Amino acid sequence: MSDNGIGARVTRVEDKRFITGGGHYTDDLNRAGQTYAYFLRSPHAHANVKGIDASGALAMAGVHAVLTGDDLAADEIGPLPCGWMIHSKDGSPMVTPGHPVLAQGKVRYVGDPVAVVIADTLGLAKEAAEAVSVDYEELAPVIDLESAKTAALVHDEAAANTAFEWELGDKAATQAAFDSAHHVTTLELSNNRLVPNAIEPRAAVAEYDAGLDRYTLWTTSQNPHVARLVMSAFLNIAPEHKLRVIAPDVGGGFGSKIYVYPEETVCVWASRKVKRPIRWTADRTESFLTDAHARDHVTTAEMALDEKGKILGLRVKTLANVGGYMNLFASSVPTYLYATLLSGQYNIQNIYAEVDAIYTTTTPVDAYRGAGRPEATFVVERLMEVSAREMGIDPATLRKRNFIKSFPHQTPVIMAYDAGDFDAVINKALEIADYKGFGKRKRESAKKGKLRGIGFSNYIEACGIAPSQAVGSLGAGVGLWESAEVRVNPVGTVEILTGAHTHGQGHETTFAQLVVDRLGIPFENVSIVHGDTDKVQFGMGTYGSRSGPVGMSAISKALDKVIDKGKKIAAHLLEAAEADIEFADGNFTVSGTDKAIDWTSLALGAYVAHGFPPQEIEPGLKETSFYDPTNFTFPSGCHICEVEVDPDTGVTDIISWTAVDDFGVVINPMIVEGQVHGGIAQGVGQAMLECAHYDEDGQLLTGSYMDYTMPRADNLPSFKIGTTVTECPSNPIGMKGCGEAGAIGSPPALINAITDAIGSEDLAMPATSESVWQALQTSALKQAAE
Amino acid sequence: MAMKMSGEYTLPADRQTVWEALNDADVLSASIPGCEAFEKVSDTEFAATAVSRIGPVKARFKGNVTLSDIDPPNSYRISGEGQGGVAGFAKGGATVSLADAEDGGTILTYEVDAQVGGKIAQIGQRLVNGAAKKTADQFFQNFRKHLSPEEDAA
Repeated sequence: MSDNGIGARVTRVEDKRFITGGGHYTDDLNRAGQTYAYFLRSPHAHANVKGIDASGALAMAGVHAVLTGDDLAADEIGPLPCGWMIHSKDGSPMVTPGHPVLAQGKVRYVGDPVAVVIADTLGLAKEAAEAVSVDYEELAPVIDLESAKTAALVHDEAAANTAFEWELGDKAATQAAFDSAHHVTTLELSNNRLVPNAIEPRAAVAEYDAGLDRYTLWTTSQNPHVARLVMSAFLNIAPEHKLRVIAPDVGGGFGSKIYVYPEETVCVWASRKVKRPIRWTADRTESFLTDAHARDHVTTAEMALDEKGKILGLRVKTLANVGGYMNLFASSVPTYLYATLLSGQYNIQNIYAEVDAIYTTTTPVDAYRGAGRPEATFVVERLMEVSAREMGIDPATLRKRNFIKSFPHQTPVIMAYDAGDFDAVINKALEIADYKGFGKRKRESAKKGKLRGIGFSNYIEACGIAPSQAVGSLGAGVGLWESAEVRVNPVGTVEILTGAHTHGQGHETTFAQLVVDRLGIPFENVSIVHGDTDKVQFGMGTYGSRSGPVGMSAISKALDKVIDKGKKIAAHLLEAAEADIEFADGNFTVSGTDKAIDWTSLALGAYVAHGFPPQEIEPGLKETSFYDPTNFTFPSGCHICEVEVDPDTGVTDIISWTAVDDFGVVINPMIVEGQVHGGIAQGVGQAMLECAHYDEDGQLLTGSYMDYTMPRADNLPSFKIGTTVTECPSNPIGMKGCGEAGAIGSPPALINAITDAIGSEDLAMPATSESVWQALQTSALKQAAE
Repeated sequence: MAMKMSGEYTLPADRQTVWEALNDADVLSASIPGCEAFEKVSDTEFAATAVSRIGPVKARFKGNVTLSDIDPPNSYRISGEGQGGVAGFAKGGATVSLADAEDGGTILTYEVDAQVGGKIAQIGQRLVNGAAKKTADQFFQNFRKHLSPEEDAA
């Protein structure tokens, strides 16, 4: 292994520009003649728009346009699509009434855009927006998820505000398993609504070049090619060859920048209308209101066990809040990304899941770091812990009794797990966490008047998102392969063009490590090119922890082709048989001889093309690969969290956090640890701090950092991280993906620890000090009454 | 976002004088903080424009003010609805009651119920409640000045 190859702790090459102010973000870009867009948004959760009077604004000097949904309709732009078809149990397709780019006749959440003002300065655009009057007729808001089916209709087409009633698994067999059970654990769970909160807000700069009849959009996207595809094929803005989408440096996404939103769409479309470049950057309140929210499930979960704690069946009934419109991938999140993971790490023969997707007059909900798998893990791992407590079985022992031990393993909910060693993971975690010493530590805490608790979470998740045929059969509207192009320059330096997009993951470092490892060339001779539809032919972008297992696999395959061609050329240059050429450490050699040609000379030889017959070998050295995975990948792990609760105040201190993960082959342990740290921080945020809260009128009360609590360093302990490795058999690198695991595994570990400490299961996320204190009071009252 | 607020002020004037002031468009106009326009449409209806600053949000509210449940010289309900443009909206009302104070003055009590929406709601309940309370205090300070200008001079 070279110092910079696979497995090395290479410091991130991109960090120098990020931390010295040298990054190139969308908002950094200025274009000659640029104008500013400002969006008028609904202050009401639910209302008819009776009229919009923009005459006052249009009369102001420097105002170029005030555009509304009617203007989009006249140009036949939109509606924003949902890219994953789900069918209800009765076979009917999901009900997804159109999502107009700007409101057409009706608004369905506070923040729903109704008009855009385009002016010479942002200040002027805002001033002009004050002069636009919108006549609203208020309608009854639909906020509470559990009563939404009987509330006012959000969309006339969606009866009972229901988009679909979906099921997965064998209902009758699961019922039979429950009928024969020795013990049934039942939990009412909610998975709290989150706001994504990337550091960089969404932004767009759009320009129409009349001479070339071509648009360019610079934007904060995790998948610029998908954005271009949606704008071309679904929104009717311009055909793909007339639209260039560039996602330059992007400051975090977590899923929220997968989607094509109204604002970016309007900027592109309107840039031609006003004949000027248009720019827009969300302010933080706009981010809170309009970035697709996350999670928001209400679930009844049951687990059936025999007398020894063997799981016989698992059943869930989930209401999933999709908000005012069905967002781009919203339908897949509470279905195929959720219920397919309900088997967890356990051999469960009978699983049945029902999911109803419900419209409410709130911000649309879509994928966010983990996307469905955190919700599934929360259900499974809360059930495991509570079952263990109710049956008087040690929680680690109950898990071990039910682990899947042999692979491949077909679950009853679609997934075929290909590799894993769950005993190795939990044993390592138990050792790092000193599980044996917990009793002593608990007694020591008790002496200080503190309640100590320990909680487990053994997660498995599905990454890669995934074989195109498989997701196609489940309703996906796109294939989910990835592309790569390896360009070897005549001097031997290498440019990798990838369809993945880095927005914090460190691809410029890890992807280069793969190339260095395979080609044996200096690290600084490799550059990673991404995020520009004019440079990279196509790609599906970055989400679902797919850039490693799918994106790097494509690079690996393209590198194979480059090396193969290099061997052909080397055979001619070295006057040897192609079968005798070996490639290692940057040198092509003739087996059993001292004849060799180094990488740089070979690259030059490929381009000068003097030394091989052109009818046999084409000049140049550039190869492309489209890699379509054969399976999802299945990272797994074990989190053990230990807390101390102050019973007088409910304040919870996280004393220690152990996370042992099996990510398969690790490219850069430092970057992987960073992903785990960040993921746990996000999970802790969900479990004890964050919640998007609407009042009964549908006003978002947590619309700023005054009211929405993000995790901070002092909420977190120093994490104890470990890894075990089972190689992923389905891709050429053996890696599984690590981007979301921390956020998936961590919430149940923390809630299991707190509920262990306080001796009550009656605790919802976020477990703020107030709700922990309330749970303690309630359980004390209950005990007093008994 | 729903908001409730109540308060009590002792005013240095008899009940009839206070009542008349409460029905005088000029007095109301002068008392409403940030009032830019206050026009009588009928005996019980006014068209008003007022500028209000809540934390970082400055809004010019335009709307109608209506007097109802009129019981002279004891009580009425003053209600309104204002559009604040991109800042959002506010609507609601206050029940205002008058009672004789011991020293010949008048005790005014009010109960406000209001709803705000849009940007004003997102900036946080603490800011909005604080701003609303401050606005009410300012209104009654101005109103009190009108009733006893000499007190102000002193």
